[in-house]
Amino acid sequence: MNSILVSVLWGILLMYAGFLTKNKRSISVLAVVGAVAVLSANALEYMGLSFFDIDTKGMLFYNPYSYIFLVVIHASLLLYFLLSGTEVEETAATPSDHYALIFFVASGISIIAGFKSLLMLFLGIEIISIPLYVLAGSDKSNLKSNEAALKYFLMGAFSTGLMLMGIAFLYGDSGTFYLEGINMGATEMSPLKAIGGVLILASMAFKVSAAPFHFWTPDVYDGSPTVFTSFMATIVKSAAFFAFIKLFEGAFGKIQGQWQVLLAVITALTLIVGNITAVFQQSVKRMLSYSSIAQAGFMVMGIFAMNLMAKQGLVLYFAAYSVASIAIFAVLAKLKDHSVDAFNGFAKAHPLVAAVVLICLLSLAGVPLTAGFFAKYYMLVAVLKNGTMYWLPVLAIVCAAVSVYYYFRVIQAMYFKETEAGSVAEIQFSSSFKVIMVVCALLIIGLGIHPDWLMDLL
Amino acid sequence: MQVMPINYYIFLSVALFTIGIVGVLTRRNAIIIFMCIELMLNAVNVLLVAFSKMHHLNAFAADQLTTVGTEAQLFVFFIMVVAAAEVTVGLAIIVMLYRNIHSVDINFLNRLKH
Repeated sequence: MNSILVSVLWGILLMYAGFLTKNKRSISVLAVVGAVAVLSANALEYMGLSFFDIDTKGMLFYNPYSYIFLVVIHASLLLYFLLSGTEVEETAATPSDHYALIFFVASGISIIAGFKSLLMLFLGIEIISIPLYVLAGSDKSNLKSNEAALKYFLMGAFSTGLMLMGIAFLYGDSGTFYLEGINMGATEMSPLKAIGGVLILASMAFKVSAAPFHFWTPDVYDGSPTVFTSFMATIVKSAAFFAFIKLFEGAFGKIQGQWQVLLAVITALTLIVGNITAVFQQSVKRMLSYSSIAQAGFMVMGIFAMNLMAKQGLVLYFAAYSVASIAIFAVLAKLKDHSVDAFNGFAKAHPLVAAVVLICLLSLAGVPLTAGFFAKYYMLVAVLKNGTMYWLPVLAIVCAAVSVYYYFRVIQAMYFKETEAGSVAEIQFSSSFKVIMVVCALLIIGLGIHPDWLMDLL
Repeated sequence: MQVMPINYYIFLSVALFTIGIVGVLTRRNAIIIFMCIELMLNAVNVLLVAFSKMHHLNAFAADQLTTVGTEAQLFVFFIMVVAAAEVTVGLAIIVMLYRNIHSVDINFLNRLKH
């Protein structure tokens, strides 16, 4: 609960910092300090030091699993600030507003990490979503950004409506908003509970951009400023997945057999649609949007399996996916052109940064010795342990093989193609940027060799 | 006291909700879509209050001092607050769009894409 308090306070502080200083650099530094503060506040609570104690009537409850999830999220947030701080500064005359919104999203994520009641789920999801609508449209004069904001807003509000209807039906069935209360009782599904469950499933699929509710994702991710796409596609998506698994384990854990088929269909569709469409994209940014759908397919597999291994593997997946994507998006944001050809000759001009991007792409593709490999491995084993639907892991492996194609296209452009007239050579990477990129690469390789560093904590 | 069966409320609320969904899917004016979303949220409010009363009456028979059912009415207030926050952001986005293209037709955006 520390992290809720600290992130909200820091968000308010940053809002006022815009009045006090016009120096964009110092606002970025303040944001980085804030990320460290949130991270350490959460770590302190994990070790038993809580800043305050509120009786939430059991609506919020944190266990080690939620704390470690929050550590992963806050560490990603810190990396994101360090890598993309200069881009956030460039998006507006007053970057402090955007930083404040990001901190408000972080407070929503802290609520999501510990919800035990549907009320808190609803509030958490909304606190995450509403600032994001603003961030998506932050490039006010750009029509693509406007479109992204409007689409994201209408789709987000629509899916919130579906979720609320689902919550109302679940309440009608069980008379309580607590997850335990909904999970209790007969293993038979009443009509009200079935309708509620399906509506909530649809809205959660919207939030995590799983097929067939993924259609908003490419337009929104492509249209938003790249630096905020990075935030939406990694940290926020991880949070939505955490809410998804927590909700389905808590409220529908006992009737897993009855919704598993539905989730298997969603998984298969997401994997196929995400991977196949990504192959045909010419823009790297749009390719990464579809790749985020494809990765979501793998993560839905964890929710399908819903055993201990799946739960642990999901947090590893969040870490692997977030770090790799944040690093790639950070480089992409520096490039003005987002087509694959923009990466031509990148390795020759910037060997170190290219090497890090290479490692990140390999991790996303799931090549061994990177964190992405173990993340995918845990998902597959979790489904196998589940004992049903053996075709699902097979399909997932085939789709992972397809994904290698579009990730390697970028690698090929970086290493084996010549650039025209030194377009990539003009980009400057500061030395601090390079250091953080190397840290990202080390994290990915470290987790790829020793996933137990993270898994043992869970 | 004759109590209206819960089914009537469910039918009313589902009807309102469906009108909202159909509106979102078929209309092309951003403001109308927005109104339809609000209609969906208010359908939920009706349903929550009805269920709240239903659970309260069921528990009231056993215990006259019961507080069962109050939480859904509180939930309604949260929905109203969140809906208000959404309106603030949403109308701002629509105004921003109107400034750029002098229209609130969402088809216009699809035409721009290609």
